[in-house]
Amino acid sequence: MATTHAEMSWVRRNRMTLTPLLFLAPGVLFFVIYVIIPILQSFNISLYQWDGLGEATFVGIGNYQELMTDRAFEVSLWNNVKWLALYLLAIPAGLFIALFLNQTIVGIRLYKSLFFFPFVISQVVVGLVFSWFYLPREGLLNAVLGVVGLGPINVLGDPTLATYGIIVAGLWPQTAYCMILYLTGLNAVDPEQIEAGRLDGAKGWRMLWHIILPQLKPATFIAFVVTIIGALRSFDLISVMTNGGPFGSTRVLSFYMFEKALSEYGFRMGYGSAIAVVLFLIMLLFIGYFLWSMYQDEKAARR
Amino acid sequence: MFPIPIEKRPRSAQVIYQALVPIALIMWLLPLIAVALFSIRPLTDFTNGNYWGLPSSFEFFTNYGKVFFESDMPQYMLNSILITVPTVVGAVALSCMTGFALGIYRFRGNLIIFFMFIAGNFVPFQILMVPVRDLTVSAGLYDTKLGLVLFHIAFQTGFCTLFMRNFIRALPFELIEAARVEGIAEWRIFWYVVLPLMKPAIAALSVLIFTFIWNDYFWAIVLTQGPDSQPVTAGITSFNSQFVAQYHLMSAGSIVAALPPVAMFFMMQRHFIAGLTLGAVK
Repeated sequence: MATTHAEMSWVRRNRMTLTPLLFLAPGVLFFVIYVIIPILQSFNISLYQWDGLGEATFVGIGNYQELMTDRAFEVSLWNNVKWLALYLLAIPAGLFIALFLNQTIVGIRLYKSLFFFPFVISQVVVGLVFSWFYLPREGLLNAVLGVVGLGPINVLGDPTLATYGIIVAGLWPQTAYCMILYLTGLNAVDPEQIEAGRLDGAKGWRMLWHIILPQLKPATFIAFVVTIIGALRSFDLISVMTNGGPFGSTRVLSFYMFEKALSEYGFRMGYGSAIAVVLFLIMLLFIGYFLWSMYQDEKAARR
Repeated sequence: MFPIPIEKRPRSAQVIYQALVPIALIMWLLPLIAVALFSIRPLTDFTNGNYWGLPSSFEFFTNYGKVFFESDMPQYMLNSILITVPTVVGAVALSCMTGFALGIYRFRGNLIIFFMFIAGNFVPFQILMVPVRDLTVSAGLYDTKLGLVLFHIAFQTGFCTLFMRNFIRALPFELIEAARVEGIAEWRIFWYVVLPLMKPAIAALSVLIFTFIWNDYFWAIVLTQGPDSQPVTAGITSFNSQFVAQYHLMSAGSIVAALPPVAMFFMMQRHFIAGLTLGAVK
């Protein structure tokens, strides 16, 4: 009886430490097992030559040395740069559509939802929709080009065009996402500042640049985060639309890694992991920056 | 409001704007409209090269009937539901708890754990692929829905925790202090004070996670194969090889595959957008 009492009071005394610990335990456990540990394991696997079944042989930085001379790796890396640069167009495009739709005519809510809804569709279906759109014979794009006397072009069959064709497909939902971020941001813009700006004679571009955009900064930050992450994560569209081709011209790191590690091109888990590590390190630059920004906000909020 | 409300512009500008919006919308959705038009055409239209003229007959029921009764599509849809719904429940439940712990209590490591969740949420899937696949295989869960669900719950907990923690931070802290003064146990505070206030966040997250998981393709092809457990995003590939070059059926199939999250979005629009734009306004 006395001991249970003592236990009780121990629990009671420490409840402010115990409660968060117990509440965190299941979530943290899951996350550590499925996310944190695998990251470390991938680093380790990247130092081995391994087919996923048999014994793994330690090769040190051999996989990374091989990457340096791998032409396909270079193409993938370069395509990642293209994705990153062009994907950012989703931000101004989203802002533009948001400004266009930020009115109060009848039915505008439905219009906004319909503009947004490419984002809700799975990337697989977006990929299919666009690959049919690009079809040389049956596709709508060439039907339209034909009317104005151009074409036909085989976007996805042309190694110089294919990557851009896929990026356009990716920009479609991403622009919708940025648009909705900005529409929400525009809703919260302070009307008094706009009035003050108007009194000072600011309008059009000057108004947008000096008064509206500074207030949209949180929306812009999130748009940057999701767009950069989205660009570097691109996989579904490539897999569905070209499967890396033609002649491997549309590969990106995420896709090339999958190809090396799991597809019919051979189970090179170690080499695949090395590619994944490179991609991870590139992303880490951005993640580090995002976290740093968020940390500044946290510090400001605590004060 | 910016730009200047159209009501304050001349009448002519209003008319032009009202006409411009639907035109812009049609152009925006053109690839999708094309697919919708394909899906109601008969096969003969394609063999005759009549892609964009009037359909020679209206085959909505035949085409969609084929999708539902002559393919594995219903099985894939069922798999998607059986993967998505448990993931939503699991991830939301776990993150209500982690969010509560990180949002209410001050302890050493609080911010570090929080940032671990955020950072993990941004990593490329490929860095997890080989180890997670191994883990799933050795647990005997390869090619099962459970294997996929467990991973999804774990990964989504990162994003959900970010969301829940920030939501709880914005709740009035006096409520919790008042409850503590009353001597209410901590877990009761969670259950009776905080959880009821989290309903909007739970709704928003559920809709978002439903969409994310339904649309997942990468993990579906890494952790499953075949119609027994593959969700519809992965199944659509085999569906398309069953009906290769039959664009009317492939179109119908992909519209069916895309529909559940779209329906979810239009039903729960307010929650969905609230979830997606969290933090877009300060």
